[in-house]
Amino acid sequence: MKSLVIIETENQQIKTSSAEAIFYGRQVSGTSGEVIALCLHSNDSSVLETCGNFGANKVLALASPHKEGDIMITAEYVSQIARDFAAEVIILPRTSLNDAVAPRIAVKLQAQVVSNVVGLPDFYNGFTVKRSIYTGKAFAEVTLTSPKKVLTIKKNILSVEKSNQKALVEILSIPAIGSKVKLLERQKSEGKILLPEADKVVSGGRGLKGPENWGMIETLAQKIGAATACSKPVSDANWRPHHEHVGQTGIKISPNLYIAIGISGAIQHLAGVSSSKTIVVINKDPEAPFFKVADYGIVGDAFEIVPKLNSLL
Amino acid sequence: MKILVCISHVPDTTTKIKFVNDKLDTNGVQFIIGPYDDYALSKAVDLKSEKNATVTVLNVGKPETEPTLRKALAIGADEAIRIDADPIDAYFVAVQIAEFAKQNQYDLILMGRESVDFNGGLVHGFVGEMLGIPSLSPCMSLEFVGERTVRATREIEGGKETLELELPFVAGCQEPIAEWKIPNMRGIMTAKNKPLKVISAISVENVLVHRNFSLVPERSACKMISVEELAELIKKF
Repeated sequence: MKSLVIIETENQQIKTSSAEAIFYGRQVSGTSGEVIALCLHSNDSSVLETCGNFGANKVLALASPHKEGDIMITAEYVSQIARDFAAEVIILPRTSLNDAVAPRIAVKLQAQVVSNVVGLPDFYNGFTVKRSIYTGKAFAEVTLTSPKKVLTIKKNILSVEKSNQKALVEILSIPAIGSKVKLLERQKSEGKILLPEADKVVSGGRGLKGPENWGMIETLAQKIGAATACSKPVSDANWRPHHEHVGQTGIKISPNLYIAIGISGAIQHLAGVSSSKTIVVINKDPEAPFFKVADYGIVGDAFEIVPKLNSLL
Repeated sequence: MKILVCISHVPDTTTKIKFVNDKLDTNGVQFIIGPYDDYALSKAVDLKSEKNATVTVLNVGKPETEPTLRKALAIGADEAIRIDADPIDAYFVAVQIAEFAKQNQYDLILMGRESVDFNGGLVHGFVGEMLGIPSLSPCMSLEFVGERTVRATREIEGGKETLELELPFVAGCQEPIAEWKIPNMRGIMTAKNKPLKVISAISVENVLVHRNFSLVPERSACKMISVEELAELIKKF
């Protein structure tokens, strides 16, 4: 089975979610099948060839890269290339762009699409995949029957095994595609670990009392190489930007370590973080509901505990 | 200007999810307008006064979703459409919406970024592609800068991007696009007399069916630790 995996690079590296998607593609294609990675925004061969480390045979890139991340253009490129290379399974790591693009690709390729996939396909039952539903509270299985299949996969669902293999980089010359949408501006916090990509996340809630108290959270995050996040009331009050808000109506994350500080753990917050592998809760209220779903807890005042923790790290 | 708002009818976000006979146990479950769809509806209602728009609210569902449609009318939609079918699959739902939109020519199609039951997040992209118009999601703001020109922001990892495009298009909405609206007494009274039409669904082949529902396993009890122990724990990651 031939897989086409849509990937991105960041800071001269293959993004973690992309590396996971390539590795996923390798498991889908088996040892003999071909796994092709596709990077639309960069054609830097020295970075792209490292897709081989995660199981790609070949990496495709554009002679004139498409840097704008346009939804319609991306869908058109991916569909054209999927057709040209006769890909059977198109795998996209879940990102803001890929989530928006996947259904358009599926319509163009007359493929079935399954989003939010959390496991490898079960081939004994056709092509059956497990997906996350009810905002992280449950799972269900879906069986795809179309000849071409599109999957968007959730982060941190497999542990990637890395090799020293290099992939062959092939540069494609495809005529530029026009769009009806004009990108005016992109604002992105620089030099920070991106929340959806992060393996570790430090998150603050209303218990921190105000935006001026985030310094210790930033320090902790910096010391341990974590991204920062927050609860909904915090982003609603504009203490932190919306793209840091995790929860039912915010970002859903699945890091290896989630440290919640001054967050009570409302059911809507848990919806965004429940697939974290290990959850640590620091809260002064021993009755905070978050302790019921945490792996480790400390009952105490964040303003004493976090500075002390920072001094120990 | 004509706006179509597509809403899902989903369990309240505080629902304790349970399954019986490989289906959601709806016993005691309160159903609501999907929270993201509620943002889309609120934005459309804001545009009613701003752009003199008419708002049609649409749901693909069985008769039990009509109270949810009535609530949308009470919030400010002008008419409601129920396409009579079980919304088992995102593609199936999108075909119904696209077909209805083709016949009625909307300037703007709004919905939530995803439904909070199956979390597909696919319908906006499907509908955009089926109609050959742009789709954006997750859309955080939407502002008219010309008669038919819109400036929209879309959330990306670690930030947002600002886009400019012309009507018509589809947007999958999320906060803070508009403030959620609570129906007032006048809204509830007038909603009773607003039209709610029922349309039959068209058939779609190869739908995907969700099966073998299971709950996320519970974590073992929380272990209370000291700050020193936490520091050691963190170092292992």
